[in-house]
Amino acid sequence: MRYDWSSSADRGDLNFVTKNMSKKVSVFRKEHFNAAHRLYNDAWDYGKNEKVFGKCALPNYHGHNYEMEVKVTGEPDKETGYVIDLKLLSDIIRREVVQKFDHKNLNLDTEEFKNLNPTAENIVVVIYKLLRPYIDSKFDLQVRLYETPRNFVEYPV
Amino acid sequence: MVYLTRAEHFNAAHKLYNPSWTKEKNDEVFGKCANDNWHGHNYELFVTVKGEPDPDTGFLVDAKKLSIIINEHVVDKLDHRNLNLDVDFMQGKMCSSENLVIEIWNQLQPHLPHGIQLHHIKLYETPRIYVEYFGGK
Repeated sequence: MRYDWSSSADRGDLNFVTKNMSKKVSVFRKEHFNAAHRLYNDAWDYGKNEKVFGKCALPNYHGHNYEMEVKVTGEPDKETGYVIDLKLLSDIIRREVVQKFDHKNLNLDTEEFKNLNPTAENIVVVIYKLLRPYIDSKFDLQVRLYETPRNFVEYPV
Repeated sequence: MVYLTRAEHFNAAHKLYNPSWTKEKNDEVFGKCANDNWHGHNYELFVTVKGEPDPDTGFLVDAKKLSIIINEHVVDKLDHRNLNLDVDFMQGKMCSSENLVIEIWNQLQPHLPHGIQLHHIKLYETPRIYVEYFGGK
């Protein structure tokens, strides 16, 4: 339906539609890190790991360009017009996530995955927990993580 | 002349480390890419062949057959592998994308069907960094 901005009837109609809508806006920041990992459950033998995880269990690791989309939802500030300064959000993500994981081996080089299988599912939950303390609680936070262009996960849902 | 490109991908670990240098020199030259325990990438591979369409099929080459050749001689050897440790044709070489694209060319060249030639190979290490090789020096 097209609105005619010169028509006061249409402008009135649009004001009615938007008046009752949430004022919340979601903003997104994309960041990335390149890391090696392997999927392996130490409680199983290699045969079972290979059966469940396939090539992802190969012993010498493989890797991914992980792409993150961090979504922050809230009402724009009346003075700045920002939900959150995206430069600040980028700094938080780089400091709390990218510096820990970029160009690292998730299984061998990180505290977070010392005893946790670094599946995309577990990684996205870890990323959320790393970021949450630094994003004001008045904002909703959600993370989408692409392990490959075709496989991605989200948390929370 | 018609050019046909087939896209494939593989996910691999690697590191850039010259064993004849000290750790300090490797860190200085390669930075984070020299991490001891490797890091990784989703590599995207584009193989372009050239030739004339076959008058009976209209194909340069059946793209499905080209995919099988690329997978058998390249992707299956690289996917979910460690380029430094697991790949016979990268042994003794620095595992940069530059060297990898040359070796991928060398792996494919002998197995192409009659009537088509490799034109060029493009290899994305990340969405922002890629290399190309047109064969020869």
